[in-house]
Amino acid sequence: MVTVTINGKLVKATDGEMLLTLLRREKIDIPALCQHDAVEPYGACRLCMVEITKPEWKGWSDYVTSCLYPVADGLIVHTHSPIVIELRKTILDLMLARNPQTPLVQKLAADYGVMKTSYQEVPEPNDCILCGLCTRICDTMGFKAISAVNRGHGKEIAPPLKQAPPDCVGCLACALNCPTKYIKFTDNGTTRVIWEKSFQLIKDAKTGQPTITREFADYLIAHRNIQADYFDINDESHRKETALNMGKIAQWQREEQS
Amino acid sequence: MTRLQKEYTQKQAAYPHKVIVCCGTGCLANGARKIVDAFEKILSERKVKDFSVEAVKETGCHGFCEQGPLVVIEPEGIFYTRVKAKDVPAIVEKSIEGREIIDSLLYADPTNGHKIEHYPDVKFFSHQKRIALRNLGKIAANSIYEYIAVDGYQALAKVLLQMTPDQVIDQISKSELRGRGGGGFPAGKKWRTCRDVKSDVHYVICNGDEGDPGAFMDRSIMEGDPHAVLEGMMIAAFAVGARQGYIYVREEYPLAVIHLQKAISDCREVGLLGANILGTDFTFDVRIARGAGAFVCGESSALMKSVAGEVGEPRAKYVRSVVKGLYDQPTVLNNVETYANVPLIIRHGADWFRKIGSPKNTGTKVFSLVGKVRNTGLIEVEMGTTLREIIFDIGGGIIDGRPFKAVQTGGPSGGCLPSSKLDLPVDFDSLTAVGSMMGSGGMIVMDDKTCMVDVARYFLHFLVAESCGKCTPCREGLYQLHALTEKVCNGEGTEADLEKMEQLSKMVVVGSLCGLGKSGPNPLMSTIQYFRDEYLAHIRDKRCPAGVCRALIKYEVIEDKCTGCVACITACAYNAITGEKKKPHFIHQDKCEKCGACVAVCKHDAILVS
Repeated sequence: MVTVTINGKLVKATDGEMLLTLLRREKIDIPALCQHDAVEPYGACRLCMVEITKPEWKGWSDYVTSCLYPVADGLIVHTHSPIVIELRKTILDLMLARNPQTPLVQKLAADYGVMKTSYQEVPEPNDCILCGLCTRICDTMGFKAISAVNRGHGKEIAPPLKQAPPDCVGCLACALNCPTKYIKFTDNGTTRVIWEKSFQLIKDAKTGQPTITREFADYLIAHRNIQADYFDINDESHRKETALNMGKIAQWQREEQS
Repeated sequence: MTRLQKEYTQKQAAYPHKVIVCCGTGCLANGARKIVDAFEKILSERKVKDFSVEAVKETGCHGFCEQGPLVVIEPEGIFYTRVKAKDVPAIVEKSIEGREIIDSLLYADPTNGHKIEHYPDVKFFSHQKRIALRNLGKIAANSIYEYIAVDGYQALAKVLLQMTPDQVIDQISKSELRGRGGGGFPAGKKWRTCRDVKSDVHYVICNGDEGDPGAFMDRSIMEGDPHAVLEGMMIAAFAVGARQGYIYVREEYPLAVIHLQKAISDCREVGLLGANILGTDFTFDVRIARGAGAFVCGESSALMKSVAGEVGEPRAKYVRSVVKGLYDQPTVLNNVETYANVPLIIRHGADWFRKIGSPKNTGTKVFSLVGKVRNTGLIEVEMGTTLREIIFDIGGGIIDGRPFKAVQTGGPSGGCLPSSKLDLPVDFDSLTAVGSMMGSGGMIVMDDKTCMVDVARYFLHFLVAESCGKCTPCREGLYQLHALTEKVCNGEGTEADLEKMEQLSKMVVVGSLCGLGKSGPNPLMSTIQYFRDEYLAHIRDKRCPAGVCRALIKYEVIEDKCTGCVACITACAYNAITGEKKKPHFIHQDKCEKCGACVAVCKHDAILVS
């Protein structure tokens, strides 16, 4: 255990845990758009930056991304110092120039008093905030089907060669975790289309309800030690089956006791 | 090793005379290859006394690229510049057989027009002190024996046979060698931290990714003296306990890759790389990792990702790469020039090195001196040499005798310094103190025809494209800064924009993830700091004092000066100039695209830029 001072208050923390985790636990409101518990911290949006110092730094302070900064004993943290607030305001102002119509960005910016960007709007604004969550989650799932292409201001998220990605299994992890809902997909219960690739959904043998895509099922069966017929029925049927089995077991136990 | 050295030196001694042809990339582009071929042909056809074909040496870059291709006749040290293949027969006949000097091929001092016969007398060379560049222009770059003949690998032998890793690190620490990549971090301290990290695997990496526009220091060393880099890396590997090293070279440097490959395979052949080097239990090997030429991959954490085969994006370095670097293992990363210094420090001792340069900034620094300076090229000077000495003594002053305006040091993310800073001693600390930086050593000289707003706009444009785009302040902030400079260049800027640039620059510096973003606003901030008037002229008076920004200038014919030669009419691609022969011409403003072609061709200074 270590002791950290946050905005003047002494707080106990685990040595080496990320500062943002501690700030969240302390209920301090810090925006962080690229942070997600499922993936490693990335430090790209820079909104979670805070001012830190230590007594031995003799008045010198540093500005660090709290999502990536390991807590250490004696750390003094200011989460809303004037420069930190100015920085967040500037970042949100810059984001509004790229994402003027994005509700999430609009709301965060409004929280910091920025109602409209003071910069030049980019020529073709969209909702992608380039937080990289989609690609990182896709990596973590084991597919690496999409990635960031180009660099600098022209960076965007895309499948290889901007064609239907061969490694995508249609799991929707990217789209469902996109904080601005920028990644679009359609799903009509039989066919799912994402990244311009279309997938057939497996139908539950009993109810006809959709389960998951054939590609995703095959991947999980091959890589996650799941039995081959597991996805032939959907979750609801699995639950019903489990309930029936549990009922049978209870029945046996009763019979044994009597 | 001593045996190899002796054999080769004896072989060389049989022919005391040599022809040295610079085969650096600059001279090669100007036809150095044809010169080598011509010499070899003539020397093999006719029997010239004391000369063999082997005496023709293809060396690395001399640095005097402005005057290339360069040929030196040893041992006299006759120095010929701008040589062409057709000059070769005359050189052989007159200077080699006849010991006669060909006047027309000599270098003329630009300040007084005096012809200079011998290599060391050229001011460009005489003001330099060469440590990292010690062998460039002296030894053939593609032969390990040439390197061994000039005491190469003696430092490695000393380290392996007589020293412990701790002693090596002590020497490097005592020499106060600072990383030449730009950061200036003490090399010894870096090596020690890496060594102290408990791990089975340590790596050493050489950063040969040099992306600064106009910089070619590392390129020239890798091309001209690859063994010096390898020897430095081997010593570092021994000191930190690494068994594998990587040299990261950008794809744009094909000759460097070829020479390094040759050097590595030669080393393997003679037992200087691989298992049990020089009969000791030191085992080490080097691989070349080729980068695709992204500027950001010069940043250490992005470079390591790129070596590992991932997208070259930097990460936050709250845990430093010496502790967790390549493949999450402790890694020493130094640049080409740093490694090139190491063997000499070991051979001559830390005290020798510490006496060179200035306190806390020991040794020398290689710069690539380019821009509006007479002698462009590669130079190496003691730390603490002033900008004035570099630009006016070595560089020979400004082209056409125009006034000096500014010098940009440190590459795209360095700063522009005005003439009031000419007497500044150039070292890591003094440059940082005035808002610029050492960077890897690019130095771009500018004259009064350079618009400083345009310069800031240019560098920002470069950085917007070369940012990796990972973090918001760098990706969006530099983009908006560029847009604002564009606005000013177009005459649409306001004073509020100027304030906005300053405010946003500060935030990009504080907020960016890596060094590229943190230093990205430097060209803008330094030009605003030192050339605020010029920004104000664009904003308030809608005027570009240097006559560069297209939206704010006008080309006009000065009737008194115009001789009616029609050169400008021919040059104008937009048919904006009309007139008859021998009568003053006229520029039609509605058609003029302000490309400047007319100014470039007019020999009578008859076109006014206002």
